[in-house]
Amino acid sequence: MNRTTLAAVVLAATASFNLSAATTISGSGATFPAPLYLRWAADFHKANPDTTVNYQGNGSGAGVQQFIAGITDFGGSDVAMKDEEISKAKHNVVLIPATAGTIVLAYNVPGVKSGLQLTRAAYIGILVGNIKNWNDRAIAKNNPGVSLPNLPITVVARADGSGTTAVFTGHCSEVSSEFKDKVGSGKSVTWPVGVAGKGNDGVTALIKSTPGAIGYVEFGYATSNKLNMASLQNKAGKFIVPSIESGSTTLASVHLPGDLRAFILDPNGANDYPIATFTWLLVHKQYADAAKAAAVKAFVNYGLTTGQATAPSLGYITLPETVVKQSLAALATVK
Amino acid sequence: MGGKSPTFGSSGIVAREYRPRPDFFRAACWLASWFTVILILLIVGTIVVRAWPAIQQFGFNFITGTQWTPNREKFGVLPVLIGTAASSLLALVLALPLGLAISIFLSENFLPPAVRQAIRFVVELLAAIPSVVYGLWGIFVVIPLVQQYGTLFCSKLGFIPFFQGPAYGNSLITASLVLALMVLPTITAISRSALVAVPPTLREASYALGGTRWETILGVILPTAAPGIVAATILAFGRAMGETMAVAMLIGNSQRLISSIFSPSNTLSALLANQFAEADGIQVSALMYAAALLVVLTLGVNMIGEAVLRYTQRNVAGLS
Repeated sequence: MNRTTLAAVVLAATASFNLSAATTISGSGATFPAPLYLRWAADFHKANPDTTVNYQGNGSGAGVQQFIAGITDFGGSDVAMKDEEISKAKHNVVLIPATAGTIVLAYNVPGVKSGLQLTRAAYIGILVGNIKNWNDRAIAKNNPGVSLPNLPITVVARADGSGTTAVFTGHCSEVSSEFKDKVGSGKSVTWPVGVAGKGNDGVTALIKSTPGAIGYVEFGYATSNKLNMASLQNKAGKFIVPSIESGSTTLASVHLPGDLRAFILDPNGANDYPIATFTWLLVHKQYADAAKAAAVKAFVNYGLTTGQATAPSLGYITLPETVVKQSLAALATVK
Repeated sequence: MGGKSPTFGSSGIVAREYRPRPDFFRAACWLASWFTVILILLIVGTIVVRAWPAIQQFGFNFITGTQWTPNREKFGVLPVLIGTAASSLLALVLALPLGLAISIFLSENFLPPAVRQAIRFVVELLAAIPSVVYGLWGIFVVIPLVQQYGTLFCSKLGFIPFFQGPAYGNSLITASLVLALMVLPTITAISRSALVAVPPTLREASYALGGTRWETILGVILPTAAPGIVAATILAFGRAMGETMAVAMLIGNSQRLISSIFSPSNTLSALLANQFAEADGIQVSALMYAAALLVVLTLGVNMIGEAVLRYTQRNVAGLS
């Protein structure tokens, strides 16, 4: 090692030492995108060893509360913040769509594979308790050739409050006035029939262990657990197989307003999968700590650009380009 | 320490013992015991303060209401209260005969003391198994059993109230079966000490009057130990009511009024565990109200249990 390289190494070492005022940013919130955010955090840390990102999937509600209280540097939520929550955060908040996903109806019916076609009347009927058995005509008439057993239906729902429930019940209330009257929409509702489990994983476990069960879970959980998924009838009347593609089709037709809050209740497109949602990252407009602001911006920027490529492998939908553009523009306002 | 050098010899030691000085040990004990009292008051106080908006808004209707619908801001815990009471009572009905039989067996001399000691140890070890492990065991063992036999049971015995189908795997009976196992050590341990505390003179007197062992157990030992067994039952009831994790995993988490022991239900503690994280606004207060009810119930039941236990110990002590 000659003198110049040694000098260069020393110089490089001191330089990196100066830069590495190691920054840690932490966030919490929605469990729905948690696997993806954790992956982003790990990949981002690999590319930027000076910055560590922590994300705790403790639920959208908790995420919003901790973000407002200033406990976390950023939050995650499956439902866009309400106006009153934004004013509680003293309007010092920017909502950035980070990824998107679909919610599927998964079932465990012996002898029935994925792709059972459920009309709107059929799945709403099951959820409100009007359709009680798998051999009901309302299910059978759209599934010729499928031998449906004489088996009681067990509806599996979420026991905890959740963004997934909010999106799912939002859709159901939009398409059925009976559902709206009996159940309504929200993060935590009371179901007229069935059992409930905690978290997407709790619902998944219940569906797996209960013959005759049907329940709503996020697409990624359903695929990684190899659950059978129903094809749902969309507004145009077509049965759509849940997939990354059909979800992207839904999102492509969504126009996001200036504040980037949008609720997709019942998409119009002929090939749109009916139940999809964005999920948001909550960041401050103005950070007190410049290093944290830079780290948060760099991380979110990573997620919106490089990170989008990892989304499909985990069951999430890559954001449409227009949305990415809008998100990046919103991120640019963060100081 | 004072400046005087200690003088040895009997008179010197006596003089040192009587010298007044601050008793730090006593002060520390005094502080620690008051600290626990204050801690309980603080916990209850915080819960009531946080629950206050819901208490004002819903009042007594909270307890009699049958609808728990957070999305419509309607909160009534009657189905959950019934679920709490029903699951705990059912667990007691299942555990009491078994627990009592075990405690009688362990307090008599049927087996050599070493073997009895071993059995007692194993039963009490049940209390050391974490709740979540009971929950998992319930999911993998009890739920399939209830699914398999529940439907059969309902179709054959459906005419009896509370046995109507459809039978769910995650149901009241599933939670109760696992709870029964969880409270077994409480019942066994306290009942056994009550039985052992029965003065041997009573047993000897019974034998002397020609009583068989069976007659002695039923006619003398059990009645004498009865208050202790009652205390054991009440304390087990308190434990069953407060149990959270295993119940949340097994009971089905439905806030509907139960029609059958095979229906999914919910308990106060499971409701709190499930809904707290995502709650906001008035729902937080409503959950705090539910927590306050749970605290009142479990504290009440435990206090009654302790009172009965004390009463027993005093009475039995008087006999010997």
